[in-house]
Amino acid sequence: MNYKQKGFKTAGILAIAAASVALVVPAVKSQSGSIIKIDGSSTVYPITEAVAEEYQIENKGATQVTVGVSGTGGGFKKFCSEDEAVRTDISDASRPIKEEEMAMCEAAGVEYIEIPVAYDAITVVANPENPIESMTVEELAQIWDPESEGEITNWSQVNPEWPDAEFVLYGPGADSGTFDGFTDKINGDEGASRTDYTPSEDDNVLVQGVSSDPNALGYFGYSYYEENQDKLKAIAIDAGEGAVVPSVETVRDGSYAPLSRPIYIYVNAQAAEKPEVAEFVEFYLTNAEGLVPEVGSVPLTPEEYQEGIARFQNGETGTTAAK
Amino acid sequence: MPTTNLRKLRTNLNRRKLINSGFAFLGATIIAIAIIILLGLTLKMAFQGAERITPEFFTSFPSRRASRAGILSAWVGTCLVMLVTAMAAIPLGVASGIYLEEYAKKNWLADLIEINVTNLAGVPSIIYGLLALGLFVYELRLGQSILSAGLTLALLILPVVIVTTRESIRAIPNSLREASYALGASKWQTIWDHILPYSFGSILTGVIIGLSRAIGETAPIITIGALTFIAFLPKSPFKSEFPFLSFEWLQAPFTVMPIQMFNWVSRPQAAFEINAAAAGTVLIGMTLGINAIAIFLRYQLRKDIKW
Repeated sequence: MNYKQKGFKTAGILAIAAASVALVVPAVKSQSGSIIKIDGSSTVYPITEAVAEEYQIENKGATQVTVGVSGTGGGFKKFCSEDEAVRTDISDASRPIKEEEMAMCEAAGVEYIEIPVAYDAITVVANPENPIESMTVEELAQIWDPESEGEITNWSQVNPEWPDAEFVLYGPGADSGTFDGFTDKINGDEGASRTDYTPSEDDNVLVQGVSSDPNALGYFGYSYYEENQDKLKAIAIDAGEGAVVPSVETVRDGSYAPLSRPIYIYVNAQAAEKPEVAEFVEFYLTNAEGLVPEVGSVPLTPEEYQEGIARFQNGETGTTAAK
Repeated sequence: MPTTNLRKLRTNLNRRKLINSGFAFLGATIIAIAIIILLGLTLKMAFQGAERITPEFFTSFPSRRASRAGILSAWVGTCLVMLVTAMAAIPLGVASGIYLEEYAKKNWLADLIEINVTNLAGVPSIIYGLLALGLFVYELRLGQSILSAGLTLALLILPVVIVTTRESIRAIPNSLREASYALGASKWQTIWDHILPYSFGSILTGVIIGLSRAIGETAPIITIGALTFIAFLPKSPFKSEFPFLSFEWLQAPFTVMPIQMFNWVSRPQAAFEINAAAAGTVLIGMTLGINAIAIFLRYQLRKDIKW
């Protein structure tokens, strides 16, 4: 009996101690107010996070913003959910909404306003020691075509002027929006890619791979190139009007084609009538130009942000970008 | 003749001794390699993250600037989710273990349950996430909350708790049960006053192994809708008016440490890697902390047991 009491007492004291440490801090820091729920693409996430952070500093916690990262597709699943408890107010998307997602939203009675917030430029990178400076879209397509698998393995097979050496390919995995975008623009069919390359969902792994192998070629989002310019070389892309290197200027004026594309937020039209959501979206669009470069992405032009604000204020629902 | 025989025997014996010590050496080397690698990785991470582990790191919310970003919402989320997990998994798991070991008749039903429990321990964690999304979030409408996450992880570690409970109950000598019955104790009295206290230490080990697994899980938590950026904390469980306890925090949105780490690792800016290393170090510290509590408790409980 004595043993038992003692044992349970010790356990009890420790449990109470652990619980109070975990529970007292929330008591000090928690605040109340309305919540704006955002979820979606990991490409848009750093921008939305920066805006949400600034917005909450600005309004001192009166409105709380939460941001999740479940991918563009996963984000739309929540955005167009039948279940109101799960439904998000805003969805981050690195590509326009797809037809089946539109159908899902329609079924749930969700109308949305599509607003571009920045550019994402898919950057083709090589090791700085690689003599190749530019590629045409056709050459890129030949390297990454599904039919090239096991057939085209040497630079000189693609272009006789290029070195006689085997290349090693790096790219994002098939779940990534960057993969969808690249295969769509280069191979002409979303998802069509050779598979004998090193895939990784973590772009830092791709950076590591390309920067340590002189014969490596890879592609990923512009921000990863911008942060690692000392270790990587961006390949200029020639879509028929001369080779263009990706940079803030060439992406903004549209000359870096076809690998640059806008990324979006989708705002639930019903939620947009709530004053705090409207305030947040307008805060987003007026501050994006300053915040977007801070997280390594390419901002839209001021006019394009103005158009976005106008679109939002007029409540123009639907998509203009989707195919 | 006897001398040669003895010599033969000696050579044979020496050879066996050599093999024996050779194997001991091999085993020791393998353990040493494993420990050195583990220690090396942990220390590397700790050194990389050391500069970021400051009081502010624990009291700041996530931020786009690495130097300003902290793990407040993540570690509070992890603690609260673990609390729910423990509250759900321990009573359920221990009760199931007791039932299966002490009450269940050995028939096809018990066999079926047994096979299921053992198999559940091997199911990938993402499957639990999908199950929980359908059951807790959509069917039971618990929301994408701390409660859902805690229950999901509780399901995940339930098999571990059940199996260790059964093992530790089985380890108690039958003479103890018989002695208890001989003095007129009922079955429940025997279990509650003797079997449970004596096996408590070992059960605790199973619980801790389960919780240590749960604390590092990302996949099922993301599936049910954990967030990445959240700059506020759940409502306090204590309030000034009666009954002084509030359960609103169970419904709150949340994030956990592994998600925060994963997000930082995948950022393009190198500075975030230091944050990730720092968060990893804190997470390992939390796991070691739980383990330390368990070892302490087990020591306290076991030192009075003698048989």
